[in-house]
Amino acid sequence: MGQITLQRVRKSFGPVSIIKDANLDIEDGSFVVFVGPSGCGKTTLLRLIAGLEDVTGGQILIDGRNVVDVPPAKRGLSMVFQSYALYPHMSVRGNIAFGLKMAGLPRPEIHRKVEAAAATLNLTPYLDRKPRELSGGQRQRVAIGRAIVREPKAFLFDEPLSNLDAALRVQMRLEVTKLQKQLGTTAVYVTHDQVEAMTMADKIVVLNAGSIEQYGSPIELYERPANLFVAGFIGSPKMNFVSGAAAGEPGVATLGVRPEHLKIGKEGEGWPGTVSVAEHLGSDTFLYVDAGKLGMLTARCIGEFSLKAGDRVWLVPDPARLHRFDKDGEVIRR
Amino acid sequence: MARKVTARRVWVSTAAAWLFGFLIFLPILWMVLTSFKTELEAFAMPPTFLFFHWTTENYATVQGRSDYLHHALNSIMVAGGSTLIALLIAIPAAWSMAFAPTKRTKDVLLWMLSTKMMPPVGVLVPIYLIYRDFGLLDTRAGLVLILCLGNLPIVIWMLFTYFKEIPKDILEAARMDGATIGRELIYVLTPMAVPGLASTLLLNFILAWNEAFWTLNLSTLDAAPLTVFIASYSSPEGLFWAKLSAASTLAIAPIIILGWFTQRQLVRGLTFGAVK
Ligand SMILES: Nc1ncnc2c1ncn2[C@@H]1O[C@H](COP(=O)(O)OP(=O)(O)OP(=O)(O)O)[C@@H](O)[C@H]1O
Ligand SMILES: [Mg+2]
Repeated sequence: MGQITLQRVRKSFGPVSIIKDANLDIEDGSFVVFVGPSGCGKTTLLRLIAGLEDVTGGQILIDGRNVVDVPPAKRGLSMVFQSYALYPHMSVRGNIAFGLKMAGLPRPEIHRKVEAAAATLNLTPYLDRKPRELSGGQRQRVAIGRAIVREPKAFLFDEPLSNLDAALRVQMRLEVTKLQKQLGTTAVYVTHDQVEAMTMADKIVVLNAGSIEQYGSPIELYERPANLFVAGFIGSPKMNFVSGAAAGEPGVATLGVRPEHLKIGKEGEGWPGTVSVAEHLGSDTFLYVDAGKLGMLTARCIGEFSLKAGDRVWLVPDPARLHRFDKDGEVIRR
Repeated sequence: MARKVTARRVWVSTAAAWLFGFLIFLPILWMVLTSFKTELEAFAMPPTFLFFHWTTENYATVQGRSDYLHHALNSIMVAGGSTLIALLIAIPAAWSMAFAPTKRTKDVLLWMLSTKMMPPVGVLVPIYLIYRDFGLLDTRAGLVLILCLGNLPIVIWMLFTYFKEIPKDILEAARMDGATIGRELIYVLTPMAVPGLASTLLLNFILAWNEAFWTLNLSTLDAAPLTVFIASYSSPEGLFWAKLSAASTLAIAPIIILGWFTQRQLVRGLTFGAVK
């Protein structure tokens, strides 16, 4: 079991309030990703759950039990650090076994579990090496091995893949997701990479300046962002924002439309503009269009278009995919 | 072509290094040689190098006139005692400054170092009077105390820099793995800090062993370490170069042997963190 609930969790460092009133319900076995811009408090929130920082206010419940006064080790969680934080003087075996040793398990059992974890992560040939004799990807695996061997209630990951190169990152992303599904253990994963967030998560928590902006499945966040921040943060290239008045929608402060929901229309249709840059990627074409009083718009068109800078275009937004926001940046639901 | 130049460079720099090393070593060598000469030959002009009448009579005289073993024992107890006590105080101090720093930590560190900038002679009189009133003059406890206090800032600074090199994440990982503070210390921190701890211990021991100002001023006989023993041979009755050399050789021998056997540890500790 590994159900984690945050109730009105607050955290300040001195006078600075970093986490403001976080409420969250993480279901057992789900993969939850914290995403947000740098400095928004993702790591801090994760460390609060881990117990490495004390909350300033509020409650953290793990399987219904308030753990704010419980030391990290007794919360039954394990953490994978961005820096891996392997014990440099211990072999891979020693690293993976350390938690079990601290828990006082009998030797044969430790041995069996370490071998099993190593086999799962393809680490068997490296068990007797020191961390410095491993590649970055292997170190990452050891850090994960150290986390899974304790059979925790939940895994906490703090940007575990950010030190790996792009190809390895994609591979490890798949492996981590697969492993989590296979074990069925709750996972809380911090990243600022929205591709990681969208591909790995069952549910995403979007954080901004210490507040939870929205909590929902990746598709939900993409299709129904609750406010301007989430709308702008999720999706790449970024959603286009135009003023409602200029777009002929009175009562709407901001109108949002994703680049992929703008199509090229016939002359006189939709929003007129001039192509200022056209990026031809083969499969897609990105058009950066100067639409006069609407400002700059990005359009993503599937396939190849023979448009070039200076060409006049008419962009037609998909009416079902328009996002309307009020003057506070909150979505207007109809 | 390029190879030839490099080879010559290597040769020249090796020679220069040896020459430099020899220059530094020369006084010690000269002292050891002199200790085996007779008093007459000791200040003969021109000086004799290797071809003189070798004798061990200086050592016998020195041991006979003043009890070497008594002073050596004092040196060991004073240097060892002050080092151990300094470490016991410095480890928790450096620990808290490295892992739980506050806004004032930097100031405290600087203040501690600033105490080393004051010339000791400036406080000789008050300390002497305090020692006299507390009956600490010429006691080992008194020497241990003053050497311990004198070296504490350096010990804390050294340990602090070693501890700072240890990533906090690793300690937190140990905490997540269920290690209590004690086990975190034993299984994770101490093994990682061993080079630093060892070199701090050695350096402090050497500093305390060679410390002369306080030991000369605060002890006369009972607690007098080897520094006092050496000094007693440059007395108003005249200089006895050979005997002084014999005494000095005896005094530095233990520390040179210790340094020789621990040199790898020392170098590793002193360059800790500089090379990854
Ligand atoms: N120990 C601390 N003392 C004071 N301020 C802190 C401390 N730890 C974090 N902060 C501040 O809290 C804020 C949130 O930090 P946090 O590390 O949680 O950000 P993050 O979302 O993980 O960012 P990143 O994506 O860059 O890792 C930052 O403004 C940071 O300066
Ligand atoms: Mg972070």
